[in-house]
Parts: sequence; C-alpha cells; structure tokens
Amino acid sequence: MREPAQADVVLAGDGTLFLGLLRRDLLLVYRRRADAVTVLVFFSIVVSLFPLGVGADPNLLRLLGGGVVWVAALLASLLSLNRLFAADHADGTLEQILLSPLPLPLTALAKVTAHWIATGIPLTLMAPVLGMQFGLDGDGLLVLSAGVLLGTPVLSLVGAVGAALTLGLRGGNLLVALLILPLNIPVLILGAGAVDAAQSGLGAGAHLSLLGALLVGTLVGAPFAVAAALRISLD
Amino acid sequence: MLELKSLACVRGERRLFSGISARYAPGTLVRVCGDNGTGKTSLLRLVAGLSEPAAGQILWQGQDSQRERAAFQRDLVYLGHASGIKDELDPVENLMASSALAAEGIEIGAARQALGEMGLGERLALECKVLSAGQRRRVALARLLVTRKPLWLLDEPFNALDPQAVERLADTVGRHLAAGGMCLYTTHQPVPIRATQSVELRLGRN
Repeated sequence: MREPAQADVVLAGDGTLFLGLLRRDLLLVYRRRADAVTVLVFFSIVVSLFPLGVGADPNLLRLLGGGVVWVAALLASLLSLNRLFAADHADGTLEQILLSPLPLPLTALAKVTAHWIATGIPLTLMAPVLGMQFGLDGDGLLVLSAGVLLGTPVLSLVGAVGAALTLGLRGGNLLVALLILPLNIPVLILGAGAVDAAQSGLGAGAHLSLLGALLVGTLVGAPFAVAAALRISLD
Repeated sequence: MLELKSLACVRGERRLFSGISARYAPGTLVRVCGDNGTGKTSLLRLVAGLSEPAAGQILWQGQDSQRERAAFQRDLVYLGHASGIKDELDPVENLMASSALAAEGIEIGAARQALGEMGLGERLALECKVLSAGQRRRVALARLLVTRKPLWLLDEPFNALDPQAVERLADTVGRHLAAGGMCLYTTHQPVPIRATQSVELRLGRN
C-alpha cells in the first residue's frame, strides 16, 4: 500500500515549474528582506556622496547626474549578485533545482527574474528620486527611469552568468566584479548617454532603442550561458 | 530497469573508479559500499546526472539517461549530503517547494501529513533554521513520503537520525521497493531494510 498523501500529487508542466521556482525565490527574498534593503540603501548612499564630494555647482551636477546614478546602479546590482546562486549552492537546493524536469535555461531565467524583481524594480523606482539631487529636469528623470528599467534586467542576466561561473570559488565575489563589470560597459554608456541626450535636447530615442535591443539579445542568450556555467560549476 | 555500463569517474587527477557495470531490476535495493573517499557520493551524483562520467553510460528503461535527461529526471529523487532545506522557510513550505520543483506539486494538507508522519507535527510553523540537524534531515526525507518517482538515490540518508527515525525511513524504503521502486543508497551504519532483492555495489577494491 502506498502513502495516502500521494493521492494529491499532480504532474506539472514547465510553466507551473517556472512559476513555482519564481514564487519560492520571491518568498525567500521577502523573508530575507534586510538583504534587499541593504542594496537599496547602498545605492542611495553612493549616489548621495557625489553632490557632497564635488560641490553644489548646479551645472556640474546636472552634467554628472545620469552617469553617477548609473554607476551606482551597476554597483548595487553587483552587490546583490552573490546571493543569486551561492545560498542555494551551500544548502544543496541548487542540486535539486538542477534535477528538476524544468529545462535549465528556464530555471536560470526564473532565478534571474526573481533577482530583477527584488533589485531592478526598486532601483528603477528610486533612480528618479535620487536623480533629483542632481537637478535633472522632468525629461531627464523620465529617460533615466526608462533607461534603468531597460538596463537592470541586462545587469541581472549578465551578472547571473558571472555568479554561476564563480560558484563555489574562494573570493568568488571579487571575481564576479572583475568578470562582469567590463561586460556591463555598454549598458552604462547607453544609459548615461540617454540622460545626457535628453538633457541637451537631442532626444534619447536612439539610446533607449539600443538598450532595448541589448536587453532582447541578453534575454535570448544569457539563460543558456547560465545553464552551461551551472553545469560546469556543479560537476 | 537501471543499467550501468562500464562507468568511470575521475576527480581532479585521480581515477576514483572505472569499469562499473551492473543491471538492476525494479524492486532492487542497492547498497553502495566502500571506504571513505572511494567515490560513493560521486557514483550517486553520476547516476543522478549531476556530473558527467569520464567513460560509460547509464541506461534507464533502456534509454541513455544523458540523452533523455528530462524524462529520466521525472523518474528520479536524489537526496544528497546537503539536505536542500531552506533556512528561511518552514517545513511545510520547504516540502511544498521541493515537491513543486520536482514537478510533483502537493497540497498543503498532504505536506502537513507527511511531516507529521516524520514526527515534525509540533514544528510545522517554525523556520527551518531553528531546527536541529536531525529534524532538518527529516524535513528533507519527508519528500520520500509524497513522491511517486520510481528511482531513489539516497546519499547517507540515515545520518543524524535517531533510531526511531531510522526505523521509519527503513520502513518507507521497504514499502517503496515492495511497490516496484528501486533504491540506491550509501551508509556506514548497516540498517536492515525489507527487500526481496538486495545487492551490494562495492567500490574501491580495484
């Protein structure tokens, strides 16, 4: 005789598995919300240091604003990457995730989505508020938010490749930074460039379109790279 | 039917084992034995598909398990050294999450019942970080009560368990085998498990 508990078991498809993993990760983020808040506090402190450091010249600040917010967003996203796979690796859940019938690239996408919801969306919401410290005008703030909204998923996706590659290595955190900061340069240039273009009245359409294209490209490629990296790291 | 075909495993520079061939019918209990460091865990991970064999093949129901990975993984439960329990979740959430991940989503009632049977009825609302090692192990093993998958790979499942829980687990495995399941496990403590066919796979003597 089998266990009575087994009567309720239902076989699930890939969509259900994807949502299940996403929900689990978001629940974990919620339980460890102090970590997520730390990243946001870090973001706002780094951005706020610049007006204090370079002085209160409005023209200078307006010039710097976009770039500073973007560099800080890059660093904040980096700071949160070490949690992406390391905790699951340490407690053995990553093995269970790898053994799930869900195709590994989709697994990676679910984890990255959770990471983006926990860091990318709050960064997008905070960016315009912090941008106001630099005297950016309405257009500039709008373009800044749009850029961060398009750019942070790219940061999460590229970061996931680095996090998966350095899994279980000593000094992995520093290595992730060295690996992925150079790869994020295009995002930085396009994002900060969009704000500049909007400020100078040129229109940010081209920059934002390129950011969008970058997002589509990484969205297609990165999950496969993460999957391959996870297999290598856990072998 | 699980078939191992001249499996070999290399870790770093060292060849852990090679030429492991065996064929197991449903209902077989396989105890993987060997001294520390002879590759018991590596063999289980290899069979589970967590690492690639240096040579050889694993056939499940006649299919190459690496080529038919998704189908194979739908038939497989693997419980490793690290129990795969999240500290931040309570036992019910853990069991439901791990079942959902394995494409065997369960209702909350079923999860509570299974955990109750593992003797955790009083602890269901506590985060797992406050549980003892043995209790966390029980949370992980509760998976075995709710799964229907035919192939179980258990790495040191009796670690950290008290005698009662050991008996309970042996009983669960016995029923799984009687229902036509298969189980590969490693242990250093001999535990009697009811099985019609019981074999040993000895590593580290060649």
